[in-house]
Amino acid sequence: MFEQIIYYIFAGLLIFSASMVITVRNPVMAALFLVLSFFSSAAIWLLLEAEFLAIALVLVYVGAVMVLFLFVVMMLDVNLAPLREGFARYLPVGATVAVLMMIAMGLVVSSSYFKSDEISAPVTLGPGYSNTTELGQALYTDYLYPFEIAGAILLVAIIAAISLTTRKPRSTKAQQPALQVQVRKEDRIKIIKMDAEKQ
Amino acid sequence: MIVLSDVLILAAILFCISVAGIFINRKNVIILLMCIELMLLSVNMNFIAFSHFLHDINGQVFVFFILTVAAAESAIGLAILVVLFRNRQTINVDDLDTMKG
Repeated sequence: MFEQIIYYIFAGLLIFSASMVITVRNPVMAALFLVLSFFSSAAIWLLLEAEFLAIALVLVYVGAVMVLFLFVVMMLDVNLAPLREGFARYLPVGATVAVLMMIAMGLVVSSSYFKSDEISAPVTLGPGYSNTTELGQALYTDYLYPFEIAGAILLVAIIAAISLTTRKPRSTKAQQPALQVQVRKEDRIKIIKMDAEKQ
Repeated sequence: MIVLSDVLILAAILFCISVAGIFINRKNVIILLMCIELMLLSVNMNFIAFSHFLHDINGQVFVFFILTVAAAESAIGLAILVVLFRNRQTINVDDLDTMKG
């Protein structure tokens, strides 16, 4: 019962913050509400005994990705007025699509068809159980090759992000061989006739 | 006691909210990226719920990989956004019609 109360509190917080993300006017506020929704879903993941991923969500998403988002939002000097133009116009369409999808998914996952009530309640694992150990064992044995590919994907992402955003350095001095080859003697040397000096 | 359909319905609500967000914020690229993050979060919540209720750790491994790919995606997306803003001084989707799409 206690678990259920905590679950519903955080679920309500998650839904509230997610709907604030899509409706607030200011992108900075949207990013902060996204942080709140990540925190509340991390709490729900803790209730579902996925401790490692809950902490990883907070560290990776709130710590890195959302800071990057805030950084970009604050760095870009965006004029907000034209970006909000279609808001009232598309609201009915968006709400209709969302409600229809919600009804469809609700019908599927609610207990009458899905029989999720028949799935036995999970045994609560004792304090000796380590989610991190279990996950690490799966990750480094069965999923070793995908794990390495994930590392390669992150490396590619780093290189892509850096190479996209760096400007061509203007101040560095570099040789330009084409110009060097084209140079002729007249461009560089001037021969001056002058009288010999007398002592 | 939480049952499986509680978490599944929560994830479905989250997914629908982010779809609605893509519809109503379709001019602002930053909010669109945030909506995609919310969608990935709801998918991850499904994976974790099934992993918890079916006693299978493999679902959490998939969440791990989704987190990795989502982090890479948002980093590259934001980098593209910065370059775009530097070149065009706008992030309005309607102004980005160079490719006549």
